[in-house]
Amino acid sequence: MAHILEVKDLSLHYLTRFGQKIHAVTDVSFTMKQGEILGVAGESGCGKSTLVNGLMGLFIPPLYPTSGDVLVNGESLMNRSPKDIRENVLSQKVSMIPQGAFNALNPTRKIKDIAADVIAAHSGNKNINKRQIYDRLRERFDLFGMETEHILNSYPIQLTAGERQRSVIGISTLLNPKVVIADEPTSALDVTTQKVVVKMIFDLLEKNIFSTMIFITHELPLLRHVSHNIGIMYAGEFVEYGTTVQVVHDPRHPYTRALMGAMLSADSEQKNRKPTTIEGAPPSLAKKIEGCRFAERCPSARPECRLKTQGLRMVGERLVRCDYAE
Amino acid sequence: MPSNIIFSAKDISKFFGHGKKRICAVNNVSFDIADGEIVSIVGGSGCGKSVLAKIMLGLYSPDSGSFLYKGKPITNTRNHWNEVQSVFQDPFGCFNQFFSIRSQLKDAFGILKEKPSKQNIEKRVDEALLAVNVKPLDIEGKYPFELSGGQMQRMLLARIFALKPKVLIADEPTSMVDACVRANILDYLMKLKEELGMTIVFVTHDIGLAYYVSDRIFIMHEAKIVEAGKPEDVTQNPQSPHTVRLLEDIPDINREWIKK
Ligand SMILES: Nc1ncnc2c1ncn2[C@@H]1O[C@H](COP(=O)(O)OP(=O)(O)OP(=O)(O)O)[C@@H](O)[C@H]1O
Ligand SMILES: Nc1ncnc2c1ncn2[C@@H]1O[C@H](COP(=O)(O)OP(=O)(O)OP(=O)(O)O)[C@@H](O)[C@H]1O
Ligand code: SF4
Ligand SMILES: [Mg+2]
Ligand SMILES: [Mg+2]
Repeated sequence: MAHILEVKDLSLHYLTRFGQKIHAVTDVSFTMKQGEILGVAGESGCGKSTLVNGLMGLFIPPLYPTSGDVLVNGESLMNRSPKDIRENVLSQKVSMIPQGAFNALNPTRKIKDIAADVIAAHSGNKNINKRQIYDRLRERFDLFGMETEHILNSYPIQLTAGERQRSVIGISTLLNPKVVIADEPTSALDVTTQKVVVKMIFDLLEKNIFSTMIFITHELPLLRHVSHNIGIMYAGEFVEYGTTVQVVHDPRHPYTRALMGAMLSADSEQKNRKPTTIEGAPPSLAKKIEGCRFAERCPSARPECRLKTQGLRMVGERLVRCDYAE
Repeated sequence: MPSNIIFSAKDISKFFGHGKKRICAVNNVSFDIADGEIVSIVGGSGCGKSVLAKIMLGLYSPDSGSFLYKGKPITNTRNHWNEVQSVFQDPFGCFNQFFSIRSQLKDAFGILKEKPSKQNIEKRVDEALLAVNVKPLDIEGKYPFELSGGQMQRMLLARIFALKPKVLIADEPTSMVDACVRANILDYLMKLKEELGMTIVFVTHDIGLAYYVSDRIFIMHEAKIVEAGKPEDVTQNPQSPHTVRLLEDIPDINREWIKK
């Protein structure tokens, strides 16, 4: 079956004011089928949000593509101008729900006007008028059982966090994009609101409004319930990639294991279980990195690990970037 | 009143707006927080947690009721901040985009009555950065917009780790970081607490965190504290239906969460 999304050896860098290159994403490859939800988790600062921009083909300085390709339904998003991407790709083919967006909505505009701005910028159709956009919004919000009139006519500050986030999701998916990328869509929400937002996402999938999704979060327990597959990132690279059950219940890369060991839950044994801590920090992304990127902090590191750059290999039907993982 | 009470709230309420649009963000809330205690305030979005945190910081004063810090009302915020420091919910709003991060971490010492020596400040900033898993060299010359969300949040914590306040009000301090960094931060914070006898108030959606670190948990719902108690009791034997609901809604790897 054809892939909806194909990412081939994608590397991305930032160019700082001093002309220094920060290699935030290195050699990321994966493919997604129609209907798939991919979860991405990893160390804070490992390149998740940067990857998201790359996947949309949206390169605004100081972010630049280093190499690799991104294809949506076979169409490449690389080497295209931001204008072209905005008018012909965003919202229609790939749509993003940015990190913290629902707390950053323009406070001086009503939800319906914010929506109209976004859609007008991305619809590729210069003749679309406000009336049409409003009608479509109403229809869509009604479909999800939202308090449509109240929400559309409110300013962001008058809405709850959950209403704001559901509005953002409703607006981002209005043009039925093929791929939706959600960057930490629920991490600032309480557990009850988080559940409401995830239910809305499942609802959108069921109604076929979009079919393929990348869900970025720090919360592996949440991914356990949301995604089919999970990619774990560390220092710009995928270090483990497998099915959700494999990665969550039987992680093989030492970093993934550390992440799982650091979970905190509200069950009765938690008080006596000390979460795993790993000292130190990931390597600087400004220099070329020799050897395994996790070597400095890995509890199973051996002297060889610092010498040999690690590639992804199959371990028990999932990909792991560690020669010694079993 | 016993002298070891840090915060004492008696029937405090806080309102915003006027007329029909008037809302009650904190409704007749009473509690005491003792010296050296760790308390977590947990509850749904908009239930009034951050407003309560801002009252503790002296940024708002309650419209009714009495709120005391060490037995006295908060009158001079500068004096108050010499002892009581905070981590705010929105990390990007807290740093100036036009100054380097390191210079802002160093300037933070300006709030203290007794400023450490220049050398000591540099050392404390380096230590604090390592405690949040950041190499000092990696943020050298960097500005806030060059960091990821979680890295910025860690800068707010580094600021606290460098300043070492007597009392910390932390509003969602680890919502943007991964589990390993969170574990490291909590570890360091507990060490600081032992060293300084710190009092800590966490405001959080993270019930696992609240359970793991707190001496007491307050559950808030619609501007009121609906349950308060030891973490074991609140999580294993909840009394309020609102607590029950929150516990049920936590995604757990071994339990069904949403029926597909
Ligand atoms: N400066 C303000 N002006 C008007 N209303 C406010 C102000 N600050 C807070 N509120 C309102 O007070 C109520 C409580 O807000 P608060 O920020 O304390 O919620 P919270 O519990 O911290 O929520 P969250 O979990 O989403 O951070 C909300 O209804 C909010 O809209
Ligand atoms: N404008 C920029 N200039 C230079 N470096 C940057 C810039 N923006 C981000 N970076 C660096 O790129 C790396 C990846 O950042 P990114 O925002 O993608 O991380 P992330 O995985 O999304 O983290 P988080 O989980 O904290 O959101 C980080 O080390 C960050 O410091
Ligand atoms: S290659 Fe070595 S250092 Fe790297 S993850 Fe594997 S065991 Fe750890
Ligand atoms: Mg990010
Ligand atoms: Mg808040």
